[in-house]
Amino acid sequence: MDCPGLCEALVQGGANPGLAQFLSLFVGVVLVSGIPLVTVIVLILVERKVAARIQDRIGPNRVGPFGSLQTFADLLKLLTKEDITPTAADRLLYNAAPLVSFASVVLIWAVIPYTPYHFGADLEIGALYFVAVASLGTLAIMTAGWASNNKYALLGAFRVVALLVSYEIPLVFALMVPIMLAGTLNMLDIIYAQSSMWFVFMAPLAMLLFAISSQAETGRAPFDLIEAESELVAGFNIEYSGMKFGMFFAAEFMHVFTNAILLTIFFFGGWLGPLWNEPLIAFAWLGLKASLIYFVFLWVRNTVPRLRIDQVMRFNWFFLVPVSIGNLLLTALLLKLMQELGLAPRVLQTATLGEVLPMTLVLLLANLGIIALILGRLRTTGRSERLATGGGAGSMAVAAGD
Amino acid sequence: MEFNAITLAFIVFSLVTLGGGIGVVTCINLFRGTIWLMVSLFGMAGLFILLSAPFLAAVQVLVYIGAIAILFTFAVMLTRSITHLPVRFTRLWANAFAAGAFFVLLVAGVIYPVWVVNDAVHFPVSDVTRTTADLGVALVSGNGFVLPFEVASLLLTAAMIGAIVIARDVDDEL
Amino acid sequence: MEILNQWAFIGIFAVMAPIFPALPILIAWVLRPSKPNVLKSQTYECGVETVGDTWVQFRVQYYIYGLVFLVFDVEMVLLFPWAVAYNRLDFFAFAAGLLFIFLLFDGLLYAWRKGVLVWR
Repeated sequence: MDCPGLCEALVQGGANPGLAQFLSLFVGVVLVSGIPLVTVIVLILVERKVAARIQDRIGPNRVGPFGSLQTFADLLKLLTKEDITPTAADRLLYNAAPLVSFASVVLIWAVIPYTPYHFGADLEIGALYFVAVASLGTLAIMTAGWASNNKYALLGAFRVVALLVSYEIPLVFALMVPIMLAGTLNMLDIIYAQSSMWFVFMAPLAMLLFAISSQAETGRAPFDLIEAESELVAGFNIEYSGMKFGMFFAAEFMHVFTNAILLTIFFFGGWLGPLWNEPLIAFAWLGLKASLIYFVFLWVRNTVPRLRIDQVMRFNWFFLVPVSIGNLLLTALLLKLMQELGLAPRVLQTATLGEVLPMTLVLLLANLGIIALILGRLRTTGRSERLATGGGAGSMAVAAGD
Repeated sequence: MEFNAITLAFIVFSLVTLGGGIGVVTCINLFRGTIWLMVSLFGMAGLFILLSAPFLAAVQVLVYIGAIAILFTFAVMLTRSITHLPVRFTRLWANAFAAGAFFVLLVAGVIYPVWVVNDAVHFPVSDVTRTTADLGVALVSGNGFVLPFEVASLLLTAAMIGAIVIARDVDDEL
Repeated sequence: MEILNQWAFIGIFAVMAPIFPALPILIAWVLRPSKPNVLKSQTYECGVETVGDTWVQFRVQYYIYGLVFLVFDVEMVLLFPWAVAYNRLDFFAFAAGLLFIFLLFDGLLYAWRKGVLVWR
């Protein structure tokens, strides 16, 4: 969003064209990044309220009506907290890590289309940009753990990084399916490709894989080894206090909502819905869908227990990775066959509902078939493991000693 | 050459790239050296964007900063002297001279044909537009680069198998 | 120029992005108390004095995970153009992509068989 109106107005007002261009871009950046920054303040309260309700508590209710000012109170508290830097730390990297961690999440929002007409940058490689920028966060965690010069922090960082890079593989393979269907990496075109049918109906398995691995990328339960209070004191951020810790915290909150938005864009049609031509309504659709997905993320986080690191890794390398590759292969094969037979349109952006319907049905049935197959197989292996070890706790021992 | 935003961006990215490189060779702390390398590669990604190759820029960030950096830090943790490299690596004057001479040769070899012999070679920066889809077609079509594409896959598999074989032997000794 | 304009946006965004978290940290730096002492700035290990160096040799297992990830990362990068061009490809070109994935899957199978992907 480079605010063309502002640029022209400035030039007419006598400003240097280059400067006017820069200023209009600058205003665009502030506007685009303002949305996630404001959202995260609301999200912290929402998260705490929802978690409280799931755990049969009330949650924050003292500061302001319904505790709505709680986040600001917490912010003030964090601002006045003493910030302790351990003497052994590598100061430069120690201070840089929270900044990079936060920036890696905010930067994703540069390519998110809020409405058909309002977006940061309309990049040809939008989806790849998201993957690339998100991988910066991993480096930030590594740097934080290393620079703290604390054994717990370093060990925590190593384990978390091993986990994050592992879950990036199914994430990207799942992301490859909507890209293949839409035939583009551009975020706007991916949304337009869903104008007659959302991708979630063509690739529900890819949607599940994307959701699971993005939950792992944010380090939320059941994958919250990033925190691991009971094992590694607090993981990689143990030596951080005050506002620097707050920044890691805020980055995590923002990352969850960012993933909800991305899931909406890739699988649930982004801002598509009745009357999406109106910018405000389109924005509302995007917000509504993302909020619902965000609620599901919170729900999972607050109901599923934490897994051990060996279980998490085994789940990834022996389940998610092969399933995501197999899903990509099968979807590609089926779709290409249908395209060759003339049953499926090659350009989804302009296809009508009638043209898309046969391929949707075939892909949906194939996906449901795989899901049923996987669930059946999981049941039999789970049963045999339980029988072999006699009891639920024992199945974990099998997982560890495989 | 006129001075505009693109020139400025080029200067900034070049300085970042070179500065990162200097950081890598002067740092006696291996982890910091890795971070400097990433700074340098980040500058390279910027240069790719100026050359209208955003796909390569994203790949640069994804593969080098996202994966190679992680691999390097894991590898750094396999070495014994992470924060203080032995001093004996710093006085190899003959090697330094040979490397420097080779570098000058390379730079001359790249610049001479483009700049001196034929100064008419002057591509406007963003006129050459090839999309990612064109790249994809070129990679897998029969008259494109389908053979290198498959060989790359074999190479990657071989790299993975080789690494597993070597690393497993080390692990067994522990 | 239009394309570079989009990237100029990203460039300014990339410069601004670390400033957003830096601002509250700077404000906190002004507001917060700062009374460091030797005990407080020690490395925190649940009250026990820290023994030895943190930056020591680690196990090779992490390196293998990193390496397998790198191989898959490069594969994904090569598959992205294939996925984007998917709708334009004929069946032969499409099969080339499938073969590519199959070859990589062999590597994964090998890693499975050797048991290096099991966390120890």
